[in-house]
Amino acid sequence: MNWLGQGVDRTGKIAWIAALAILVVAPFVGVYPIFIAQALCFAIFAMSFNLLLGYTGLLSFGHAAFFGGAAYITAWLLQEKHLTPELATLGGVGAAAATGLVFGVVAIRRQGIYFAMVTLALAYMLSFFFLQASFTGGENGLQGIERGKLLGLIPLDGDLALYFFVLAVFVGVFLLVLRIVHSPYGQVLKAIRENEPRAISLGYNVDRYKLLAFVLSAALAGLGGSLKVLVLHLATLQDVRWEQSGEVILMTLLGGLGTFAGPVVGAFTVVGLQNYLSDRAGAWTTVIIGVIFVLCVVAFRKGFVGELLAWQKRRARK
Amino acid sequence: MTEIFGVPIQALFGQLMLGLVNGSFYAMLSLGLAVIFGLLGVVNFAHGAMYMLGAYVAWLGLDGIDVLGTHVQFNFWVALIVGPLVVGLVGVGVEKLLLKRLYKLDPLYGLLLTFGLALIVQGVFLQYYGSSGQSYDTPEALTGATNLGFMILPNYRGFVVAASLVICFGTWFLIERTRLGSLLRAGTENPALVQAFGVNVPLMVTLTYAGGAALAGLAGVLAAPVIQVTPLMGSNLIIVVFAVVVIGGMGSIIGSILTGLVLGLVEGLTRVFYPEASNVVVFFIMAIVLMIRPAGLFGKEK
Repeated sequence: MNWLGQGVDRTGKIAWIAALAILVVAPFVGVYPIFIAQALCFAIFAMSFNLLLGYTGLLSFGHAAFFGGAAYITAWLLQEKHLTPELATLGGVGAAAATGLVFGVVAIRRQGIYFAMVTLALAYMLSFFFLQASFTGGENGLQGIERGKLLGLIPLDGDLALYFFVLAVFVGVFLLVLRIVHSPYGQVLKAIRENEPRAISLGYNVDRYKLLAFVLSAALAGLGGSLKVLVLHLATLQDVRWEQSGEVILMTLLGGLGTFAGPVVGAFTVVGLQNYLSDRAGAWTTVIIGVIFVLCVVAFRKGFVGELLAWQKRRARK
Repeated sequence: MTEIFGVPIQALFGQLMLGLVNGSFYAMLSLGLAVIFGLLGVVNFAHGAMYMLGAYVAWLGLDGIDVLGTHVQFNFWVALIVGPLVVGLVGVGVEKLLLKRLYKLDPLYGLLLTFGLALIVQGVFLQYYGSSGQSYDTPEALTGATNLGFMILPNYRGFVVAASLVICFGTWFLIERTRLGSLLRAGTENPALVQAFGVNVPLMVTLTYAGGAALAGLAGVLAAPVIQVTPLMGSNLIIVVFAVVVIGGMGSIIGSILTGLVLGLVEGLTRVFYPEASNVVVFFIMAIVLMIRPAGLFGKEK
């Protein structure tokens, strides 16, 4: 039944394999690979966010700190240290995880709405750091980043090579998140989301579970940001700003909170919309994003995938 | 010239005064946030946008705008009334049309909704007025400065601090010492029971949101002459105010006022002794307070 959501049964597997097949074929039938690669980076970002909000019940309003922070570190490692792309990416992910650990220790002291405000404030602080630090290029950010050679062997300059590298990482992340959510650890996270006092009374060290979830989520968000540098050749202040944190929330909400496919669908929708609007609507893009945000919260809280699941459930009951 | 820790005393007091001005805005905004959160359970992300809206009403009023075919122009003193009124009306609309639908849900949705609203308002103003700052002339009666002996106080800054203190303590008095306030506090505790006593709770909720919004609008009008009026002025401030709210805890009115003022002063001091950290010192304090007293300085653990 819940083929896009919780358990992955046969229909679910078929749907995912079909989606993967489409992604593999897409660049050969005229879809611009850089666009899909970019959407995949944001899909990883949104999945990391969903791991935290959808499965643990923690709303981080500062996830751009990890995404953008990792992007800066990766860009710097590529440009200044001439590392290979996979090492630079690992460096970015490591930095994001470390930042996540520091932020997490502070933020999990409060719950709910306060958690959101604390993460927002911490991320804002970090964006000041990146604005003023000497290696980040201030308002301009780091641009013209060379992709380099994967493992020192395979050049990623070609868009197709890069695309399949990003796709492979995306599939890996997807399977990892699937594994995390269905592991005993993931079940504890859900228990915390549903009823935290109960989880505490059952003897779980809730804070440690939450912290680990936060660090994992930060690391994955960082992975999305690092890959984005490879795809678009740049890391900018835009990536660490609070607007970016808001965007990832929108992607997850629009696609469907707490579902597997939701963040991916949401990321493709929002990135696609932004690409479409950027030439046509200019500054109105923010307004349109805001309107979608409001509509989503007022009338479309389950998101695309959530609504689809609910519709399936209703049909099954009949 | 006298110096304290190698800093000329004039500069020190000048920065402290500036800090106090900023602190006044923190206090007014966090007060509004606390009042709204108390009764509605909504963290109003749009608070920054409403502050910005207030400043723009003042700025547009001074320039003169056409509303429904008539040319409207008003000075600072009129703006002090028109600004909060306009923003308050916007607040009524937001509450009646949108927020009302969310009360039964997780409070996170209120935050997300108002976040979307903030994006819309900010985007529209960016579209029409661009991101560059507009300056607003200080009202004539408050130009110039007074020599206090130990420092030279620009009159308008003194006025802002005094006005915000009056407004803050007025709000405190209204909530803690009047019948209306006691109904409001009762509504925070148990809305169903208050309703059963014949109080129109939905109206009270609407007016509370509008009141909090109007407070932000008033802060915006007061801010117009001391800062650059830009569409982004609110979003930058609201995050600092969130940190202030986390530090103070949203439980107490006096708490949010004091925390706001003190953090403004601390920021001013930092600007004197270690300017690089002045933008982030509030967030550092927030982290420290969270480690020592997670519920905030004036908050109660639930």
